[in-house]
Parts: sequence; structure tokens; C-alpha cells
Amino acid sequence: MNPAPVVALVGNPNAGKSALFNALTGARQKVGNYPGVTVERKAGRMSLPDGRPIELIDLPGTYSLEPASPDEQVTRDVLFGKQEGERLPGAILCVVDATNLDNHLRFTLQLIGLGLPIVVALNMVDMAERDGLKIDAARLSRELGVPVIPTVAVRKRGIDELKAAMAGLVGDGGVQKIAAGSGFHHEDIVVLQRRARAIALAATTEEHGARAWSHRIDSIALHPVAGPILLAGLLFLIFQSVFAWAQAPMDAITAGFDQLGKWVDTELPAGFVRNLLSQGVIKGTGAVVTFLPQILILFFFILLLEATGYMVRAAFMMDRLMARVGLSGRAFIPLLSSFACAVPGIMATRTIDDPKDRLTTILIAPLTTCSARLPVYTLIIGACIPAKQVLPGVGLQGLVLFGLYILGIVGALLAALVLRRTVTRGPSHGFMMEMPKYQRPSLRDVGLGLWARCLIFLKRAGTIILLSNIILWVLASYPVAPAGQKQTEYSIAGRIASGIEVVVKPIGFNHNIALALPPAMAAREVAVAALATTYAIDAGDNEDATDQALSGKLGRDWSLPTALAFLMWFVFAPQCLSTIAVTRRETNGWKWPAFMVSYLFVLAYVASGLTFWIATWAGL
Amino acid sequence: MRLDQLPLNRPARVLAIAWADLADTAAKRLRELGFDEGVTVEAVHVSPFGKDPIACRVGRMTVALRRAQAQAISVEAIAA
Repeated sequence: MNPAPVVALVGNPNAGKSALFNALTGARQKVGNYPGVTVERKAGRMSLPDGRPIELIDLPGTYSLEPASPDEQVTRDVLFGKQEGERLPGAILCVVDATNLDNHLRFTLQLIGLGLPIVVALNMVDMAERDGLKIDAARLSRELGVPVIPTVAVRKRGIDELKAAMAGLVGDGGVQKIAAGSGFHHEDIVVLQRRARAIALAATTEEHGARAWSHRIDSIALHPVAGPILLAGLLFLIFQSVFAWAQAPMDAITAGFDQLGKWVDTELPAGFVRNLLSQGVIKGTGAVVTFLPQILILFFFILLLEATGYMVRAAFMMDRLMARVGLSGRAFIPLLSSFACAVPGIMATRTIDDPKDRLTTILIAPLTTCSARLPVYTLIIGACIPAKQVLPGVGLQGLVLFGLYILGIVGALLAALVLRRTVTRGPSHGFMMEMPKYQRPSLRDVGLGLWARCLIFLKRAGTIILLSNIILWVLASYPVAPAGQKQTEYSIAGRIASGIEVVVKPIGFNHNIALALPPAMAAREVAVAALATTYAIDAGDNEDATDQALSGKLGRDWSLPTALAFLMWFVFAPQCLSTIAVTRRETNGWKWPAFMVSYLFVLAYVASGLTFWIATWAGL
Repeated sequence: MRLDQLPLNRPARVLAIAWADLADTAAKRLRELGFDEGVTVEAVHVSPFGKDPIACRVGRMTVALRRAQAQAISVEAIAA
């Protein structure tokens, strides 16, 4: 039997491609990477009305077949059958935005020129109608010479008709290969654009002068006074909700893991397996999984801002500020995503076409406060910063957390300023970007995006984090210390930590911190798990101590200068293997990740040291 | 008049674009976003911070660009 035919989903950015992909494939999608490049590969299964399966691949949005960025290159390579590990598509599903026909048709004309079977999804027809545009799909189809199906992907309208049209395109899975160059005439963008404009004009049968409602929203969203207030308010709301809304589910998860630990302790016979499970696996992994709600809430808002189109407005407003440090507004989107996680943030820099801008953004992305730092911040602040009110309604703990976020932002901007004048010096290519129309986001699309993030996080918790916890637990538990000696000092891990302690003692770190630093290289949140594990081992058989919360132990064990220095370390230190790995892939080599890791470690060491000594001197 | 001098909400026609003054990538993006001699443009928004960049309507699309690039585009106001 032939494998399912491949259909490539292609279109301009902002044409509603992802929504159409979701509508066609549902949850049956696989998100991965193309080999060799870090362009996200999204593929999904769909069935035609007659039951035949189709493999639909969602190609990165692009304005033309002349690539300007890595993801545009992938789109071109897949369509020409040159992408490694990808079968040549048997047909193209081209998405165009009905409200933006004259621009999107230009790319459609280019695609039709390829000679592959093609169907056009005339998407967002509802928005076009709201804008006072009536588009004659039949006329458009005649002009283009290919089937045109009106759709509203976010409302799943026109999907059945589209599937029927696709059924006509794919044969038995056999593929006609387009020889490179044949059937594809390189035409000047301007020539194609003029033809596209003429066709769009002919197919648009009715137009009244209704001002697009996006324009009206922008009059407020980009208003000289209201605009910045709205942006600041939104950012505040996001970070506020991360803490307020996440509390209940986090407590529930903690309680669940505690129950599980108790159950293991009572049901299993004492010994290696029980200790490994309760101290290494459950305590450690539980400490990390607890933060899933916070991470999901943050991603929820970022996905929502992207889906509505507001994210580009934020970039538009921030461009001037970013220009001051040598970047462009485009860098704002990757940096904001980095607040959730630097890995997707760094991957999002692909949309920055200027290589120097992009490199700088990659290098500073780890400085923005990613959600993996939250567990560390929350734990240490809760344990060591007194919960007193500074002003009515403003607690000291919240203020410190806010300060850490600000510090990350200021650090990132200063780093950009310095880098742009030294290692990534070069002319600025400015800022040029389409501002998509505002859209009511589909909760289903946001939900699918969240689900993918959730799986990635849990997979990490179940693999890297779990593994490093088990290794740490074993290293920290053996050899067993003789009576009178502390286990966390006598064990293998303890001895390694004693070596590290020599280096970090001057910046105020104690033995248990030294013990938690190496495993935290795997991922920052592992520090919490590692501290939980080491203190659990230290508590050992002492039942009272085991039951006591980790934060209570830290509060007694750590001085305030040590806690502050530790927080400062986590603001700057590049403690994340995934970030280093993604930087290597994105920059094609070890040079830049090595540079990034060194400058961040130096910053972290200096900042922690200064904090510790100033705090000690101030008598805190 | 240049595009960066065009008052807000005043439709204008693009007379000429000094492609040579633009970096290659910028010129390519500008073409892809629909800028061309003869098309109608209208500046509709400016950034609240420093009035730069500006958002222009080109065709049915709204495009953000910096004043530095808008300088390369000469326009002529169309009588409303």
C-alpha cells in the first residue's frame, strides 16, 4: 500500500494557516523539528470524505518563494522536494486571507506556477464581509484557474467543502516530481503583484467604505496615552494571574504528591526502592510538576496575545525602546515568549531577518525570567524573605519577585546594548512588519497550543528532570555516612559539592547550594527538586524533620545574604541545557553558545558576590 | 513629500521609491509587503513612544515601518 499522500499547507504569515491546520487535523498532529535546522515541523493526519488518509504538513508562513529567513527556506525546499527527510508533496493547499487578497494572491500565483495540483482556501471570509468586502469565489477560481473554497478556519466553516476539493487533487499517492526550475518561472515580485492586484480587483464584487474595525481598535491600542497604559496593564495582569490563579492548582498538585509519597512510605518495605521512590522520584519530580499551572497560565496569555494579533502591536510600540539598545521591535516577541521559556523564545527569533539582530536576541534571551526560575524564586522568597507589608496591598515578597523580573529585563537590555557595540556590531536594518487584523481567538487553537506545551513540560519532568534527580539521589545517598557524619557531606555528591563549594563560598553559597548547582544545569527548576532531595536525605529517619516543609528548613538554614545571592545567581546564570542546545542549533556551532554560557556565568558570579557582600555589610 | 512627512489619515500615492537607499533585505520586504510605485498609502498610526515607527495602510494591509525607511518613499497627497 502506498503511504498517505502528502499535502503541503502554504500561505502568507497571518493568513490563518495554523487555524486551518487545526481545523483539518484536530489533535492528530505531531510537532517536531526539521533535521539540521530549527524550524518547527508540524504535521498531522486528516481523512478525506471518502476515508482516504492524508498527511498534511504545515509549512512556515512566507511572503514569497525567494527565502529571506531560515523558515522561508524550509518552505521552499519542501515544495521543491529538497528538504531532507521530507517526502515531496503531491499537492498544495494554499491559504489566503480574504481581507488581504491583493497581497496574498501574489504568493498564490507563484505557487500555481510550480505546477503542482493546488486548491486555494479563501480564508477569513467573515472578516472580509465585516470589512465590507464581498469576494466572488467562483470568479476568483476562473481567474486563477484552480479551485477556490471560502472558509472561516477558526469557526470551522467551509472545512467539508475544502476536504472534498482536496479529494479531487490527490490521486493514489503517486507524486509528480517537479524538476527544479521547470514550471516555475522566476517573475519579478512587482510583476506578480500587479497581476495579483488586478485579479483581486476583478473578484471583489462589492465594497463599501467601512473603516476596518481593526483600525478602530488600533486607535485605542496605539493611542499615545491609552496605548502604553493598556500594554503595561496587560503585562501586569499576566504576571499577576500567574501567581494568583496558579495557587489553588499548585496546592492541589503538592498535596497529591505528598499523598503519593506517604502511600509509598507506608506500603513499601523499607529499603533502597522505597527511599529512591519517596526521596528521589516523588519528592524531586513533585517539586517541579507543581509549577505546571504557572507555566501554563503564562503560555496561555502569550498564545492568546499572539492569536488576537495584539503581540505585533506590542512589538510596534516597543520598537523605539528596542532600537535604543540596537535591536528592533521584532525582538520583543521572542523576548516576551522567553518569559515562559527561552527555548521557544530563541526559536521565535527565526522571524528576525537581520542576522546580527537575531544573534543578539538569542544571546540575551536567557536573561529574561523564564518560568523555570519561578519555582526557585517562589521557594527562596517564601522561605527567606519576611512576609511583611511595605505599602498597603504591597507585600515585600511580591516586591522582591517583581524586582527580580525587572532585573532580568534591565540585564537583558544592558547586555544587548553592550553586545551590539562589541561582538554583534553592525548596521541596523530597521523594523518592517505586517500588522495583522485583530481576531477573536479560537479557544480550541489556544487549547491545542497549551496542550503541546503541557506535554513538552511533562516529558521534560519525566525524562531530564527525573533522571538528574535519580542520579543526584544515588550520588547523595551513597556511600552511607557513618554515625555522626552528615550524609550530604559524606556521599559522592557531597564530596563533589565540597569541591564546588571552594569556588562559590566567596559569593555566600553553602554546601547544600553547591550540591544543587550541578543538577540545576540540566534545568533551573531542578534546583528546587535537588534541594528537596538533599534536605529529605539529611532529615533521614528523623520523622519530624521529614514532615516539615522545605521552605521552613531553608528559612532556618540560610542567611538572608545567602538567599539574596542565590536569587541573583538564578537571574543571570545560564543553568539550562536545553537553552544551550537550542542556541547551538540556531547558531550552527559551539562558538556562540560557549560565548553565551561564559558571559552569563561571569555576570552571575559577579552579581551574586556583590549582592552577598553588600547585604552582609548592610547587616541584613 | 516623503512618506515620513505625510500627515496621518491622508491618502497619498507613491511617486517613487529610492530602492538604492534601502538595504537589500529591507527593499525585498518592502516589495513583498506591497509597496510599489503608483500604489495608495496612508499613514494611520504612529508609535506612542517617539512617533516611530509608523503604521501605513498599503492596499488592504497595514504595515509598520520605521521613519528611516519611510524616507526612501516619495508620495503625493491625493485630494480626498
